[in-house]
Amino acid sequence: MQKRVVFRSRLLPYLLVLPQIAITLIFFFWPAYQALESSFFIEDAFGFSRQWVAMQNYVELFQDPSYLRSFKTTLIFGVSVAVMAMSISLGLAVAANRVVKAATGYRTMLIWPYAVAPALAGVIWYFLMNPSLGIVAYWLKNVGVDWNHYLNGDQALLLVIVAAAWKQVSYNFLFFLAGLQSIPKSLIEAAAIDRAGPVRRFWTIVFPLLTPTTFFLLVVNLVYAFFDTFALVHATTEGGPVDATSILVFRVYNTGFIGQDYGSSAAQSVILMGLVIMMTFVQFRFVERKVQY
Amino acid sequence: MKLKSILSATTVLAMAATTAAADKAEVQFWHAMGGQLGEIVDKFAADYNGGSDSCQINAVYKGNYTENMTAAIAAFRAGEQPHIVQVFEVGTATMMAAGEKGAIYPVHELMADAGVDFDQSAYLPAVVSYYTDTDNKLLSMPFNSSTPVLWYNKTALDAAGVAVPTTWDEVEVAARALKESGVTKPFSFGWQSWSNIENYSAWHNLPVGSEENGFASLETEFTFNNEAVVNHIQRIADMGKEGTFVYGGRRGDSRAQFVNGETALWINSSAYYGGFKKDITEFEFGQAMLPLDTAVADAPQNSIIGGATLWVLQGHESPEYACVADFFQFVSAAEQQAYWHQETGYVPITNAAYDLSQEQKFYESDPMTDTAIKQLSLNTPTPASKGVRFGNFVQVRDIINEELEAVWSGQKDAQTALDEAVARGNKLLRKFEAANK
Repeated sequence: MQKRVVFRSRLLPYLLVLPQIAITLIFFFWPAYQALESSFFIEDAFGFSRQWVAMQNYVELFQDPSYLRSFKTTLIFGVSVAVMAMSISLGLAVAANRVVKAATGYRTMLIWPYAVAPALAGVIWYFLMNPSLGIVAYWLKNVGVDWNHYLNGDQALLLVIVAAAWKQVSYNFLFFLAGLQSIPKSLIEAAAIDRAGPVRRFWTIVFPLLTPTTFFLLVVNLVYAFFDTFALVHATTEGGPVDATSILVFRVYNTGFIGQDYGSSAAQSVILMGLVIMMTFVQFRFVERKVQY
Repeated sequence: MKLKSILSATTVLAMAATTAAADKAEVQFWHAMGGQLGEIVDKFAADYNGGSDSCQINAVYKGNYTENMTAAIAAFRAGEQPHIVQVFEVGTATMMAAGEKGAIYPVHELMADAGVDFDQSAYLPAVVSYYTDTDNKLLSMPFNSSTPVLWYNKTALDAAGVAVPTTWDEVEVAARALKESGVTKPFSFGWQSWSNIENYSAWHNLPVGSEENGFASLETEFTFNNEAVVNHIQRIADMGKEGTFVYGGRRGDSRAQFVNGETALWINSSAYYGGFKKDITEFEFGQAMLPLDTAVADAPQNSIIGGATLWVLQGHESPEYACVADFFQFVSAAEQQAYWHQETGYVPITNAAYDLSQEQKFYESDPMTDTAIKQLSLNTPTPASKGVRFGNFVQVRDIINEELEAVWSGQKDAQTALDEAVARGNKLLRKFEAANK
């Protein structure tokens, strides 16, 4: 039999969801609408005048080859960050789950980087890899790699990917660890009795049972990589060299907050919003089918 | 929206912190001076407040130049603007355009309204000319100004057996000799648009853009893809291929290369002096005037400044503005300016401060620290050398960074990159013109 809560007053349920709706309206729909509106205008920095320019801001963006390259950069960046952050944290979670002694100690240490702000995470890595001062760059030189992210675009992109992924590992680790701990021991023991080795047990039992967590983290990580990383890029490479690390969200920030070109920045954020809505849709429509709840 | 609320929250905090001095007229001063520079600004404010019984200056550090300017503009849009905001030189066109719409209280008006005797000619012409309107009236108060100089590692030059280069041909030769003597990245520079395009052009009396480098009207267009600049950039690119130039990033990132001895010739702001004096212990360093490109000019013109000025925003009470005028008098007095100059390496912005530093024998104890001021006052500034004033210039500098990086990494030659930079920059100029009609 289905359990149902019946409200006596017809008004009460609406009243109860009202705060949530109000928050969504004020903090999501209103700014989103404002961005959409601003994207059809050009405006001076101090806001004295604005002119309707219809689609001009959009047209200019799509005529800019550098902007179009950003889509590819963003995709490489987003996917690499998500894959790197998730695989490393899964590995760590599996390892931490097996640790018997001092388990809390390890876990605390692994969760620590999450408290670091993205910009700082960037700066830490930037410093480690600095061609003149960085210890990692020094090691790389010793093994024959000439590291200069000021000049080499691929190296710069790698740098921001590593920094962004490193920061996200802790968050993913927490969820994976919780996921692993909720897998019933009896299943694994049964498989062990059937002579399945640890690797096989992981891929046939643990990993499928973790898919809801993995899927959730995939969505969260991609959103993080697409939206949350502008400060990291701003604090380190500033989108360069050339435009090798100009991911879309960094351009939104740079055009709007640094360049004070609000129209173009708004148009870019509308495009980015569209892209992420599309991506999330694809994820829920196609990837979620593979998830076993 | 988010920014607005953060801003108003910080304003509230700033106000709460200062209610103690309730009976004084309060002035909010937003600046971008961190570290040692910020400490001196705080000292100035404290000294001033101590000596004034009617005014209270609240100096607040708001982040770097761009962050500070963005914060002030956002605050203005929300009606919460500070009285004084420090804006770097590339933001000048934006501030001026806002001035025409009434957001700015021009300094010459402020001083006149407050009845302060203000003598514009006491300031260095190369500094003042960057910030005056078409009638030669000062719009913002010069505060910290510097100019790029050639920093050199004397110890390394001696070891390589070469003198300090004075021309670009000599730079090439010296860099080669340095490389042979084991210096890994002989030549480099920071703030490349400022040092190698804007100042290179001014130094050789070449315009960067039409309409007097943008001073005359918003219809200006960039012209820095001329033969001289192209050859100059190509020369550096060739040095890069040879290994005698190594690019070390935008802004001042390559400072590390110079400080740890990897680079022995480095072009960047004279304002690095204060830090170098503290950080460089392993070798002898010095500064010299920018090299001359003998193929372009027989003698240098003058270099142009970088750094920032203090802009006054409209929308406050007149007693408060009287305090602003008074405070400006205070910070530009010879004593304060000489102290600032000697501690930081920024140029003294008044002749009086320069004279005072001479009297105090600063240039004897710290030789060559007057290189910057000599460069700036070498000749009377011409329309091509009094500065640049372009809209959206922060973004234009990013474009120049991108295009030059494409040259340094060998993806483009100098001509293609500069043509592209000019074309992209002009688009932004047209956009600025349209937005500020």
